[in-house]
Amino acid sequence: MKRYGIANVVLAILLFFAGYAALFIAPDEATMHAIQRIFYFHASSGWAAMEASMIVFAANVVYLAKRNLKWDWLAVAAAEVSLAFWSVMLVTGPIWAHPVWGIWWTWDWRLTLTLVLWILYVAYLILRTLIADSERRAVFSAIFGIFVFLGVPLDYLSIRIWRTQHPQPVIFGGPNSGLDPTMLKVFFYCAGVMTLLMIFLVRQRYKLERLRYETEELRLAVEEQVDARAVGAGN
Amino acid sequence: MGTARAAAIVLGREIRAEMRTRELLQTTIVFTIIVVVLFNFAFEPSVADARRIGPGLIWIALLFAGSLMLNPSFAKEQSNDTIYALRMAPVSSFAIVLGKTLANLLFLSITEMVLVPVFSILYNVPVLAVIGRLAMVLLLGTFGMVVVGTVFSALATQARLRELLLPLLLLPVLIPLLFASVEATVGLLGDAPALDRTWMAVLIAFDVVFFTASWLLCDHLLEE
Repeated sequence: MKRYGIANVVLAILLFFAGYAALFIAPDEATMHAIQRIFYFHASSGWAAMEASMIVFAANVVYLAKRNLKWDWLAVAAAEVSLAFWSVMLVTGPIWAHPVWGIWWTWDWRLTLTLVLWILYVAYLILRTLIADSERRAVFSAIFGIFVFLGVPLDYLSIRIWRTQHPQPVIFGGPNSGLDPTMLKVFFYCAGVMTLLMIFLVRQRYKLERLRYETEELRLAVEEQVDARAVGAGN
Repeated sequence: MGTARAAAIVLGREIRAEMRTRELLQTTIVFTIIVVVLFNFAFEPSVADARRIGPGLIWIALLFAGSLMLNPSFAKEQSNDTIYALRMAPVSSFAIVLGKTLANLLFLSITEMVLVPVFSILYNVPVLAVIGRLAMVLLLGTFGMVVVGTVFSALATQARLRELLLPLLLLPVLIPLLFASVEATVGLLGDAPALDRTWMAVLIAFDVVFFTASWLLCDHLLEE
């Protein structure tokens, strides 16, 4: 328990330093200036969101194969965290876009795909709230989660064919793209810290889900005993 | 019993049940016609507008009609407790899902056979010259819709608020299908009608991916 306390403090320090690095260490961007610094959190949240979404898919598949509820807890934990990071993207994006592009939103393929993924994970979480039985909820949300994930390449493909306006990728984006080396270091540092934050949040949410399950089991056991006694008293 | 034969029996059963009342078909057809008529009041489109945004209208009407029509597919088995009889039948669960998928494909195709002529007449958009290719786009799009919709219908049946839940699950997953179907239809209704190969490929990919997924996952779907 104590070990996790230390890990939390370390993560907090790393996060604080990520903010410092994005604001003070990374060099000023030539045309966009200060507003460009939001990129260190915007893009690294996107990485964390994608990683969390892949955990959801993996947990869904493993759950259906193994039928151990632990994998369902992992799936819901990662789904909520990925939704949080997709939301960060959808909020920080327009904050950047308004001064730079002059508009809050445009139906470019990356923005559209992020919005579609956000909607799909909201639907996944709503489905979970509407099925009471925990086993059935686990099976059905796993099936839905797999359908969602299988659709992502098709979403990507169809939206890509349909439109393109977002700034082209500057990392791994081809010969003429590229980021200042310091910018790149700060970005990778922020992306790494954001991944750690994602893992930390998934872990916390997983524990919460396990506690919920255990409380529910205890409540059912107590109810059974109370019922048994009531029947005994009646006789 | 082979899967094909079992699926054919389930399909026959669905058709027989529907022919006794025709409730589902009449409701769905009237619903889509109402959407097409309301479109005029909301947008008052010219002939050029109708050619450009008409395909979007047709597919939105079909998606909404589908997400309402697919609901009873499994819900009626639940309320009549016939789902137990289906599960006990000595056939694979894929045969049951496939039979129901084909039945839904048939019902939605019949709806389209009314919807498309009504749209064509009301908005003066000629479709006869491209009817064969249009039928192909409609068939591929509708197949993808019912493949996903039939599986989700079984999911939603076990949940609260199932009538509201099904569109919420189905419509976002159908986004790539909507893109591909609408764009392919726009290509057919334009001045130089042509079948867009890229969008047809997306449609076929959608159908193949989700048909395979429903085949792989249907055992989990119908277990007790």
